[in-house]
Amino acid sequence: MKDPIIRIRNVHFQRGDKVVLDDVSMDIGRGGIVAIMGPSGVGKTTILRLISGQLQPSKGSIEVNGKQVSKLSRRKLYECRKDIGVLLQNGALFTDLTVFENVATPLREHTDLGEEEISERVTAKLDSVGLAGTEELMPHSLSGGMARRVALARAVILNPKIVLFDEPMTGLDPIAMSTVGRLIRETNDSLGLTSVIVTHNVSQMKKLVDYCFILASAKLIAEGSPQELMRNSDPAVDQFMNGRVEGPISFKYREDAGNATASPGR
Amino acid sequence: MKMEQTRKNKLLAPIAETGHCGLFLMRMLGSIRLERQLLISTLQQTYLIGARSLVIIMICGFFVGMVLSLQSINALQQFGASDQVSLLVGKSLFRELGPVLTALLFAGRAGTSIAAEIGLMKATSQIEAMQLMAIDPVQRIALPRFLAGVISMPLLTAMFNAFALLGAVMFSIGVMGLDPGIFWSKLHTGIYFTKDFMGGVWKSIVFGGLVSLIAVYFGYYAKPTGEGVGTATTRTVVLSSVLVLIFDFIMTSFLI
Repeated sequence: MKDPIIRIRNVHFQRGDKVVLDDVSMDIGRGGIVAIMGPSGVGKTTILRLISGQLQPSKGSIEVNGKQVSKLSRRKLYECRKDIGVLLQNGALFTDLTVFENVATPLREHTDLGEEEISERVTAKLDSVGLAGTEELMPHSLSGGMARRVALARAVILNPKIVLFDEPMTGLDPIAMSTVGRLIRETNDSLGLTSVIVTHNVSQMKKLVDYCFILASAKLIAEGSPQELMRNSDPAVDQFMNGRVEGPISFKYREDAGNATASPGR
Repeated sequence: MKMEQTRKNKLLAPIAETGHCGLFLMRMLGSIRLERQLLISTLQQTYLIGARSLVIIMICGFFVGMVLSLQSINALQQFGASDQVSLLVGKSLFRELGPVLTALLFAGRAGTSIAAEIGLMKATSQIEAMQLMAIDPVQRIALPRFLAGVISMPLLTAMFNAFALLGAVMFSIGVMGLDPGIFWSKLHTGIYFTKDFMGGVWKSIVFGGLVSLIAVYFGYYAKPTGEGVGTATTRTVVLSSVLVLIFDFIMTSFLI
């Protein structure tokens, strides 16, 4: 892949005795939407946390936008994170702030913009996710889909280069799911972002993403476009993409250390 | 061998946690920047945790003053020295009871609320979201609450003492019929600014820092579950109460 924005090389990550990632390498190119897929507990969210510098690999390297995130000091890591937007699984909106203040927080923290400019940008961003007029609402009065859209507006308000999405569709009804999916695509294309989505929702991903990585048993087992992966004859890939019960990916706890219910992705 | 190791770990755990808490304090103090946002957040927190503790502090102070004068008069009357009641009440309040009881009440009222609030922010990934937005949660969440605790405690102690004296006045003069002139003159001449009043102020500042440090520390490192938040609040009350009494003894032995 030419000029990858995220370069993961031979990463090994372990929690206690459990190997979560074993010699995983990925190149994520600029400008597209990439999915990291696999069964629950396989280490998808761990990869997002390694990319954002929240976790450090026991071996290997992670380069984001030309910087080795695992070797940065806290100050430099925070500098690097200004170029990365993250949408966590539950949105993680600040419950004591209004929708407006939630979206305005990164602007207030990292820019010297005046109130008028902040107000204009926040309103425009909320409008782009279809939530104009919700500025004064509190997070507890939003539905799951609305909260996810506010979190998306907050994640991209600083126009980052990369946006990481942790299970953005989980718990949403089909309409909200499609709306969030469409917004991810529109935001990605209009702002020229690189989006990395962690998910196990195969049907949504087939419609949304440009490239996929599939993890199983702590290893990267396949990569390619959704169409290529649907045609992949590897038994584990076939089992995951088609949701078959029988196959090499075990569903029982501890039968396969990297799999199934051991540590559900957050 | 394994049991011995476990026992050793259990013995070392409190020492390790004390060191960890010390590092957390250093990180918090190191993140102090003279900026408007810190001032605003600290004032907001001073209102939330300080001003909202006022009612409970005033009520408790008033009744502590009443009961203190009741006990003192009862004991002093046996020696014909009931006119010394204001001195006894004043010294006990300014030196010990004011700062200690306020700190214990503060730990129960504000300490638990700080630990639960930060713990819940952690459980709902708000702390993680802040870190990911390149905002230091220690600077934005923990520091204002810690500073608010240090600022609030001496002020709350002053209110506690004022209402305790009011309770003592009402009981001694209003109920027991002591001479107001003697009551106030004994208090005025017998209480020393440096030794009695400032001693209590220093104690209250230290207790404020201690209780709020424990609360923000346990909240920040709470397990992100309902049970974790519950444990953090319980540990905040228990540990800060015990440490307030231990620090009170240590400080008294230096200040006396």
